[in-house]
Amino acid sequence: MILIGERINGMFKDIRRAIQQGNPEPIREWARRQEAAGADFLDLNVGPAVEDRVPAMKWLVEIVQEVSDVPLCLDSTDYNAIEEGLKLCKRPAMINSVPAEMPKMERVIPMAKEHGAYCIGLAMNDKGIPKNSDDRLALAMELVATADAYGLPMDHLLIDPLILPAYVAQDHGPEVLETIRQVKLLASPAPKTVVGLSNVSQKCVDRSLVNRTFLVMAMACGLDAAIVDVNDDDLVDAVATARILLNQDVYAESYLKVYKNRGVR
Amino acid sequence: MSTKGDAAMPVDVLKQKYVSKVGTVTLGATPAEGGTRTHTVTVGGDSTLPFLHFEGEVPNRPVVAIEVPDVAPPWDESLKRFWGDVWDDPAAWAKKAVDECGADLVCLKLMSPDPDFGASTPDKCAAVTKNVLEAVGVPLVVIGCGIADVDNEVMPAVAEAGAGENLLIGTATQDNYKTLTAACMVHKHNIIALSPIDINICKQLNILINEMNMPLQRIVIDPTVGALGYGIEYTYSIMERIRMGALQGDRMLAMPVFCNVGYEAWRFKETTAPAEEFPGWGDAIERSTLWETMTGTLFLQAGGHIFVMRNPESVALLKRHTGQLMVPNEY
Repeated sequence: MILIGERINGMFKDIRRAIQQGNPEPIREWARRQEAAGADFLDLNVGPAVEDRVPAMKWLVEIVQEVSDVPLCLDSTDYNAIEEGLKLCKRPAMINSVPAEMPKMERVIPMAKEHGAYCIGLAMNDKGIPKNSDDRLALAMELVATADAYGLPMDHLLIDPLILPAYVAQDHGPEVLETIRQVKLLASPAPKTVVGLSNVSQKCVDRSLVNRTFLVMAMACGLDAAIVDVNDDDLVDAVATARILLNQDVYAESYLKVYKNRGVR
Repeated sequence: MSTKGDAAMPVDVLKQKYVSKVGTVTLGATPAEGGTRTHTVTVGGDSTLPFLHFEGEVPNRPVVAIEVPDVAPPWDESLKRFWGDVWDDPAAWAKKAVDECGADLVCLKLMSPDPDFGASTPDKCAAVTKNVLEAVGVPLVVIGCGIADVDNEVMPAVAEAGAGENLLIGTATQDNYKTLTAACMVHKHNIIALSPIDINICKQLNILINEMNMPLQRIVIDPTVGALGYGIEYTYSIMERIRMGALQGDRMLAMPVFCNVGYEAWRFKETTAPAEEFPGWGDAIERSTLWETMTGTLFLQAGGHIFVMRNPESVALLKRHTGQLMVPNEY
């Protein structure tokens, strides 16, 4: 399971303020904390409030790499910001994200290929997010076909079927789970799947419970990666336990600790 | 003459790609490294299932350690035809094992501190260890008598006596690993972690030892091997799971595997019963030689790295088979 730490995002007040004031300390702190919690990637998003995203993204990449060796997931709708960020990444990064529409795919997928990066493809287009699994899969297929056309290895493409808050769109849950199952049949080798997990629990009372419950359900459907609050210990414990129950890890008494420390050398 | 079989049909060989590999452990230290060994021995490093050279790397040949008891052992008399002249002389036994029988390593089994074998002292065991080190140039494995309290007295003394030699010391178990691990860390040796044919305890013990800050590349797994005819298939399954775990990135299972073949094979009547007792079983010498060989062979194919053996003829057969398996099988 690839856990992508969500915390360095301008949507959070402390990060937004840090970016506006050019104060690297909160950024470094969250990089360290997410690494210690076992993040496989760190999502970097400058947020909506920044005027010019290119220098802000470059700054984030440099600050984080000063304190952490964890690969980065560059999260922006400004592809110039992603491209400039990719040039600075010391390790193969991830692009977050591109929808299933031209010319955006033409811009982003070759960029992923050039930099050896992973690329998250959203199962949506300019008409929005589909209501059911079949329509999501049709868009996933467009992403797969484009990735194939540009020679992006299929295991570098991560399809995000887009989960919506249970609070307002409960009917999307089963459609997303079905999409996660079916995406594996679109190509061989199959693309990976990813969800932006915390979206499922927007406005819910116990967000952590909703998040980890959906995550283990999605893992049972074959989910490969998730953008998560990696400092939610209950969530990471649930992932470790699901991996045991899915026979992906060998059980040992200390399995929770081992999973959390899996990146420590 | 041409047959249909000559027509070459292209076959796509399926190759599995694994994310990780078995770790390597290096035993022994040369003078340049602070020891007195003539060379070091490295085991492990496999990036595929056993001997699938076409799929991954099998960089280090599995090795044989000949078992050398530190007192006259209560072993089957038939083994005296090889070892009779050195039966109560561990240094001479070790030298013979290396010079005449092709041992890659010597495995000194400290039976003497066991009350049943004379309740020898830690100092005496340390002295025997030094004698054996002086007698041979190969790296040394030293195993305690297996009684926890006794081992906890003896093995720290042995570890100190062998300081700088990068020994492989055993045997740590889930109930008794702290003293041995500490001794190995202080004097920079490697440790054998023994679990009772149980993958979960195997992993847990590695975790516990590692939590004491022992580096993973200084741990060797002893999964408890059985003998041919005595539940050997259970060990095979465990070793298969250990290897799959290692290849799939489980660092707590990615250690080389230690197989105490001689001890297991020589516990049973198939190796020790005389021909008169079971006439249908054939010649006793041939039978015991093959029994130990076949037991070792199976663990070779299951993914073992270090084989402790007793009968030199079985050693020769196992080494010959190892040589055949190390030939690349390309497609």
